[in-house]
Amino acid sequence: MAKSLFEKVWAAHAVRTLANGQTQLLIGTHLIHEVTSPQAFGMLRDLGLKVAMPHRTFATVDHIVPTDQLVEPYRDPLAQAMMEELRRNCAQSGITFFDRASGKQGIVHIVGPEQGITQPGTTIACGDSHTSTHGAFGAVAFGIGTTQIRDVLATQTMALGKLKVRRINVRGSLRPGVYAKDVILHIIRVLGVNGGTGYAYEYGGEVFDRFSMEERMTVCNMSIEGGARAGYVNPDQTTFDYLRGRPYSPQGAAWDAAVERWRGFASDPGCSYDDVVTIEAADIAPTVTWGINPGQGIAITESIPDPARATAADERSSIEEALAYMKLRPGAAIKGTRIDVAFIGSCTNGRLSDFREVARHVRGRRVAPGVKAIAVPGSQIVALQCEKEGIDQVLRDAGFEWRAAGCSMCLAMNPDKLIGDQLCASSSNRNFKGRQGSPTGRTLLMSPLMVAAAAVTGTVADAREVFAVNS
Amino acid sequence: MALEKITAVTGRAVCVPGNDIDTDRIIPARFMKCVTFDGLGEFLFHDVRKNAEGADLPHPLNDPRFRGATILLSGANFGCGSSREHAPQAIQKYGFRAVVAESFAEIFFGNCTTLGIPCAAAARADIARLAAAIEADPALAVTLDVAAGEIRFGGQAIPAEVRPAARDALIHGRWDAIGELLEGLPAVQALATRTTYLAA
Repeated sequence: MAKSLFEKVWAAHAVRTLANGQTQLLIGTHLIHEVTSPQAFGMLRDLGLKVAMPHRTFATVDHIVPTDQLVEPYRDPLAQAMMEELRRNCAQSGITFFDRASGKQGIVHIVGPEQGITQPGTTIACGDSHTSTHGAFGAVAFGIGTTQIRDVLATQTMALGKLKVRRINVRGSLRPGVYAKDVILHIIRVLGVNGGTGYAYEYGGEVFDRFSMEERMTVCNMSIEGGARAGYVNPDQTTFDYLRGRPYSPQGAAWDAAVERWRGFASDPGCSYDDVVTIEAADIAPTVTWGINPGQGIAITESIPDPARATAADERSSIEEALAYMKLRPGAAIKGTRIDVAFIGSCTNGRLSDFREVARHVRGRRVAPGVKAIAVPGSQIVALQCEKEGIDQVLRDAGFEWRAAGCSMCLAMNPDKLIGDQLCASSSNRNFKGRQGSPTGRTLLMSPLMVAAAAVTGTVADAREVFAVNS
Repeated sequence: MALEKITAVTGRAVCVPGNDIDTDRIIPARFMKCVTFDGLGEFLFHDVRKNAEGADLPHPLNDPRFRGATILLSGANFGCGSSREHAPQAIQKYGFRAVVAESFAEIFFGNCTTLGIPCAAAARADIARLAAAIEADPALAVTLDVAAGEIRFGGQAIPAEVRPAARDALIHGRWDAIGELLEGLPAVQALATRTTYLAA
């Protein structure tokens, strides 16, 4: 019988059925970082347990690292304490730690793929909701809580109920100046921030067939913003080409066998899905959020919603709440809204292709006066490659600050934060109240090139006009 | 490891209204700079409860009438966003024993269940009725009957269901899966041995 990738991966990793009907699922690859793992190691110690398969857990440090200070001790003693706790836990348990000294440190969802640790047909868990990123490789990847991190450390498994699968086809071709980020913001806008509850999203169609791995990662990354715990793309030649030769990729004869095995995990033609949604690529525009959740997005050419025109009471109150927080005027054009900060980075859009695209268009331009613009590579390897290609210099010349790798201003667990009610054009993934570190700070989510357009004009702008994008 | 069988939670309730209340709002990220979960309770909903100077803002949790409530009511998609267990930990350490909402985000729901916090889904109109009742009488005793799938208060009853797998785990004292997972270790090892990419 034809099966989806999700079903095949689930079946290959199901250990047994637990008393409450959930599955004990083998987690092939476990990724950890400094924020959500220390308590899990503490629980393990309290229970007198050891890490079951230390060679299947990989660590890096990303959320708390300052992007403007490389040398420890960090100015923030709490950040330093978390750093040391992770280092100690990894050393005691024999877990590989990609720290800054390794040259491989970065945001956990960038490091895994970069190292070839993220592979098709595997199960991956990490104490971070953006773990769905790894689904870009045809892995089934879950964000988990700290108690589940304990479970995975102790048993290399966790208890989980099976998800349904929604196939999302994006058909046709994207228009010039429309990026992977716009695709996922559009999908979330259409299906809602909780539309994916209970589902894994399988992304496919011509747009995904043509997408690079980095573009696929951007989309899968934000599955959770649509309520889907996991999101994936079936593995294909693009996937294998990306993985070939990476440090943890199989080598030699094992490579050929692996590719053969990986192909077998792709969803079979004619397999059934619990739901199918089709989206026309031509309907997707450069998208910007105006509210306080990632589903509150509009095309750059649209106006900010007016609660008076809402059809349901619920919709009206959510628009009102969002506009009151965002201090935006109902019915006004989003284009032209003044910004204070521009942030390019994060596990959504902090990869080489993001910086290449921005640099290509920003070359010779200047960040508008009064705008603080920061560019933060997602990993040390991304940083190094950008520096080799002169991308860092292009961005610096334009007036961006070029920082060291980390989560930076996506979530404000490090010194990169908004101040007061600053408005930030951001390539990150969440525009929740206070997300970027100030309880009154405001976030507009958009693609990296749209952030660059906002940076150079000082206002929310249409990158297609600012940079004359037509191909 | 004998766990408590959580069949019902009885106490006073408080309503924090709104849809899509995310875990950043429940516990802002800066309070996650810690290596234990101790003390997180005091930062629950911090940035909507306190102004920049640390003074109280109008918020249900700052309302003395609702002090000591153990059942938290809210709207749709409660707990969306970040997977941080710090959110349910903060809810639990503040003193809540159950959450009732229109719907829950997936990861949050799982994290709560694992801590023995029942998350019960109820219809909007029913939550509104319950919220009106506690507004009228904040001392009203409210019982979430996890096993029966209903909430009883002041002679009324409304349906409030904890999803079956979680309900089963809670009422039978199996909400923390670690014991059962450990029992499965031989089978785990056997499967891992047969799984090509897991070879050491």
